[in-house]
Amino acid sequence: MLNLGRTSLGKAAGQRRRLPRPVRNAIGVLVSLGLTFLGLLMVTFLIGRVVPIDPVLAVVGDRASPEVYERVRIELGLDRPLYEQFWIYLSNVVTGDFGQSALTSRPVLEDIARVFPATLELATLGTLIGVLLGVPMGVLAAVRQGRWQDQMVRVLGLFGYSLPIFWLGLVGLLLFYARLGWVSGPGRLDVFYEGMIPTVTGMILVDSLIAGDLDIFRNALGHIVLPASLLGYFSLAYISRMTRSFMLEQLRQEYVTTARVKGVSHGRVIWRHAFANIRVPLITVIALSYAHLLEGSVLTETVFAWPGLGQYLTNSLLKADMNAVLGSTVVVGAVFIGLNMLSDLLYRLLDPRAR
Amino acid sequence: MTQIEEASRSTGLREWLLSNEPQSARQARLGRAYATWSAFRENRLAMLGLAIVLLLVVVALFAPLIATHSPNVQALGDRLQPPSAAHWLGTDEFGRDIFSRLVYGSRITLYIVVLVTLTAAPIGLLIGTVAGYAGGWGDAVLMRVTDIFLAFPKLILALAFVSALGPGIENAILAIAITSWPPYARIARAETLTIRNSDFIAAVKLQGASAARIITRHVMPLCLSSLIVRVTLDMAGIILTAAGLGFLGLGAQPPLPEWGAMISAGRRFILDQWWVATIPGIAIFVVSLGFNLLGDGLRDVLDPKHRS
Repeated sequence: MLNLGRTSLGKAAGQRRRLPRPVRNAIGVLVSLGLTFLGLLMVTFLIGRVVPIDPVLAVVGDRASPEVYERVRIELGLDRPLYEQFWIYLSNVVTGDFGQSALTSRPVLEDIARVFPATLELATLGTLIGVLLGVPMGVLAAVRQGRWQDQMVRVLGLFGYSLPIFWLGLVGLLLFYARLGWVSGPGRLDVFYEGMIPTVTGMILVDSLIAGDLDIFRNALGHIVLPASLLGYFSLAYISRMTRSFMLEQLRQEYVTTARVKGVSHGRVIWRHAFANIRVPLITVIALSYAHLLEGSVLTETVFAWPGLGQYLTNSLLKADMNAVLGSTVVVGAVFIGLNMLSDLLYRLLDPRAR
Repeated sequence: MTQIEEASRSTGLREWLLSNEPQSARQARLGRAYATWSAFRENRLAMLGLAIVLLLVVVALFAPLIATHSPNVQALGDRLQPPSAAHWLGTDEFGRDIFSRLVYGSRITLYIVVLVTLTAAPIGLLIGTVAGYAGGWGDAVLMRVTDIFLAFPKLILALAFVSALGPGIENAILAIAITSWPPYARIARAETLTIRNSDFIAAVKLQGASAARIITRHVMPLCLSSLIVRVTLDMAGIILTAAGLGFLGLGAQPPLPEWGAMISAGRRFILDQWWVATIPGIAIFVVSLGFNLLGDGLRDVLDPKHRS
């Protein structure tokens, strides 16, 4: 729906200016990216202003004298009109200044940079699982429409849309960690291994390979496999459903019948002909699902004591550490918006029909 | 004899409902509702979904009659009891009966779903129809705002709102509502665009109806069926988000028997007393599944794009 509006806009503009279409498209996407990001900042700014917590008190503490209180109030720009405050906020955020965390008394950006790789690692592995299983399952469901394979994929998807992720995480821990002992428990590593390899990317699976330490790699894998599979399941539910409906649409087309009549093999018709045509919309679906996993990891991280952005956000929420909350919101929001727009852009660059 | 009479009367009613030449607007409306219902009834999964949702409503309405214990009275001597004849689903860490808490918790779930829907759907409907009917600059601005909200991460934004407003069930509802209206606005706008230039709108306009009247009396009612489908499909998501907020301690506060908060409280005992945390999760799952099945079924009968 989003695409329709913009494409028609692009067409009208094209008659006046003569920029090449991909450039115009890219400009359009960048403009909406900027506007959306500005909107996000406006919302976080307003949230920061309606908080019943006094931001000055958070800095100076309860026992500060009125003079100190007043000085800090002016320092924070709280005596100026709202639009000026927004401008200050905007220029701070753009330079990466989200203020200090009241909880860790470090700059929020530094905290986020420290915890973000853990979330990225989890969400990436989750998406990988979701894609590797979800795409073939969606194709299978479409090819076997109405048969038991289709029903099974449908039920898996339906459950994915109905199960609370945090509950499934708890049950998974109970079953696979406590009862069966197949996977390791909460956290990213056994305590014994903590801090034994130098941090390069912050993603332990990658760092341990760089350091060449397979023991740590195996240990980390044992910890990540359950939360990543869980996220992967939810991504699978979405990806397989979308793949199925894209494939069904293709399999109904006449070119598929033609190919079959010409004697092209079954597998070739499906993978070379039909599947080739759904790759582009599939990329956008995968990007969206990735963005949702980054967001959805908030609850998963809480269950698995995973020291990522989600846990940082929830901890700050519960301690009313507003700078940290809003900083994390902006970062997650920016990544989310960025992925959204990237998928939109990819779709337009790769799909000849959208050009 | 009476059976035959009844049967003939009911076929008479059926014929009257499905008549191709309805004598009144009421007959036509009832007839269409009956046809929709007949199509819906064919779908067994959708009927299962409807049954689950109706069960939720009945349990919520008659909670005091159904519950075997009080949801809040503590009995520390009975804490963490496994399921038994006295406590069908066991007891929690304060010796409260889990079954009774689940029963009362259905009221909270229903309360959240209904309030979020009643807040978000009208906002979306109003923005979408006004944007679609007005067109031009108004449309561009309203839809840009909608797009911006649509591009936000919903859960994170809801979290930020709740943290600003303070934890609690009303604030959770408000936060979820603020983040869920944009899809409704898009749907309403798309429907409005298809209706806007139809002859009957032109006729009403010639009769001198104002824009406000056209939107509220003629455009909005026609947007409702697509909106109902989408809202029903979203209800499972609303339940899951609310439970997630409750789980994080930002939704309904203790001692309210909110299902997500119950899971969170039972977490500590999951290794030895698994029922405390797992049973409320099953309740959330069943209810979300019910709304999903119902939504799928409604989409099949109401959404013209999915009608075969």
